[in-house]
Amino acid sequence: MTGKTKENFNSNYLNYVKTQIPPSRQFRNCLSAFGVGGLICCIGQFIRFMLEYLGLSGDELAGTTSVVLIFLGCLLTGFGVYDRIGRYAGAGSIVPITGFANSVTSPAIEFKTEGWIYGMAAKMFTVAGAIVVFGVCSGAIVGLIYYFI
Amino acid sequence: MGQEILMIALAYLKAFAVGGGICLIAQIIINFTDLTAGKILVYFMLAGVVLTALGIYQPLVEFAGAGATVPISGFGYLLANGAMKGAEKGLFYAVTGPLAAASAGVTAAVVFAFLMSLIFKSRTKRN
Repeated sequence: MTGKTKENFNSNYLNYVKTQIPPSRQFRNCLSAFGVGGLICCIGQFIRFMLEYLGLSGDELAGTTSVVLIFLGCLLTGFGVYDRIGRYAGAGSIVPITGFANSVTSPAIEFKTEGWIYGMAAKMFTVAGAIVVFGVCSGAIVGLIYYFI
Repeated sequence: MGQEILMIALAYLKAFAVGGGICLIAQIIINFTDLTAGKILVYFMLAGVVLTALGIYQPLVEFAGAGATVPISGFGYLLANGAMKGAEKGLFYAVTGPLAAASAGVTAAVVFAFLMSLIFKSRTKRN
């Protein structure tokens, strides 16, 4: 199938690319995502137990746990360790709250060279901004629905 | 004493299984659709909000603890939970409840990211 039209050419090229991609290690991907994601949650559970031991409870306990985890995520991103974990773990490092911390810290550090206001501060919310926008909107909708029902 | 250790071990096991399971679902979605990290984060957060509003996520949190609250869907749980608790107090709190509940996470992320950007320099990504 040697197409002359542009669309045909594109689809042929994409098919060719697909044959050249190394056999994706989907199963291993999934296994490492499960392992690393589970491990991060276990660390979270450990922090939760420790804080509970220190006498926190309820919302304060849950909030402080995520603050500690976010701190760890930011710190590991700063040292460049988190990106290395991410290359291995895929979704296992994206989905936990540490991945959210990574998505805030990583552009903040990277775009520091473009200035403090339009660089660091503005680029900090490239991904987190989307989360805050959709989170606040959907949360407000849930609140309104529960208020009027 | 033996029973207590068993309970703690079980809590870790449940956190590992549920948290890992949520990440596994995300990885399977990434493998099949090539969604980027940002989109995965937004979709899972929204899934957390919807599941909490439907009353499905709360039992999962009670069952798995950190396994359900640490993934980003737990952030959605926090938002929706704040909205539902706020709705009992009045219209004002129904709308401001979500962000108030999530303020700890957002504040921590912004403050720590700012501090890290003061300390660290960007490094060239090694692939």
